[in-house]
Amino acid sequence: MQQAANERQDSAAVADGPLMVGGVSLASRLIVGTGKYETYAEMARCLGESGTDCVTVAVRRERLVNAAGENILDHLDASRYTLLPNTAGCYTADEAVRVARLGRELLRDMGSTAADWVKLEVLGDTKTLLPDPVGTLAATERLVADGFSVLVYTSDDPVVARRLKELGAASVMPAGSPIGSGQGILNANNLRICLEYLKDGDPHYPVIVDAGVGTASDVAAAMELGVDGVLLNTAIAQAADPQRMAAAMRAACFAGRQAFLAGRIPRRLYATASSPDEGRVGSRS
Amino acid sequence: MSGLPGDQRATQTILVNGRARPVPPDGTLAAVLVEAGLDGRPVAIEVDGRVVPRSRFAESSLTGGERIEIVTFVGGG
Repeated sequence: MQQAANERQDSAAVADGPLMVGGVSLASRLIVGTGKYETYAEMARCLGESGTDCVTVAVRRERLVNAAGENILDHLDASRYTLLPNTAGCYTADEAVRVARLGRELLRDMGSTAADWVKLEVLGDTKTLLPDPVGTLAATERLVADGFSVLVYTSDDPVVARRLKELGAASVMPAGSPIGSGQGILNANNLRICLEYLKDGDPHYPVIVDAGVGTASDVAAAMELGVDGVLLNTAIAQAADPQRMAAAMRAACFAGRQAFLAGRIPRRLYATASSPDEGRVGSRS
Repeated sequence: MSGLPGDQRATQTILVNGRARPVPPDGTLAAVLVEAGLDGRPVAIEVDGRVVPRSRFAESSLTGGERIEIVTFVGGG
């Protein structure tokens, strides 16, 4: 299956450009999180199966006891994956700016060529993990001023999305539904309006659905709307068979993107026959 | 940066990831990392809210009372 998908992607008829975001060129339109896997080995297998070339990571205090333990960087091939640090767990703009700067320093220390980008999250509360729009706007403004390429997690509110772009966000990343909820795309119409606003006169501006994916059809549905990519984590990591789900996500992303580029037929209320009406057996003419 | 001689530093403490620790004798972040077993590991350090690049870890800047955060990457979405 995977091999067949690769062959299809190689054919000129279905050629697609890279996802350009924050000064980085990504061959895959899936960005995959590295959290919640049973083991680092399983994480590495799933990332490989997903076809992604960009993975998110969180910034946390180093353990001061048993520091000889494994580090995630020992299991991420830096030549294969571009690391995108997040500010997950931050509830104020101050915290998020601080964590973003630490993430940038970690990337610089690794010699990354994309050290100045960040997946910004400023959360409203622990129950919903919905973004705090006021804090998100404030942090975006500060990080852009500090030279960051800001990929910003936000709700599917088109007005907030537009404000974030106006502040200089490198990518606006509306949630399909709450983080880790697996509810998929709850308000496709809001995403359509986000796309219309964000891509008006700027068709290549990257819009990425971040969060809420439960299964492969959610990825396909998002891509069919015309978003440029999908960021997901839990749907793979917590699936009963994570590696197989990673393969499904890869195929769904490809399918949804190709369907969007191909241009779907309009929905109609009534049927239109696919077989010719003429020459039916037993017809009078 | 530091006006304190080394023997006075020993009586001073710093907060490293929320835990009190003595100021290392040479007052450097490099020594803090060695004591924590994190020498050579992929970490970033913040002192009193400001990021300190690795190139300055060997500077003798700690005098006591500093709040130090040592962070790394972990799995996340």
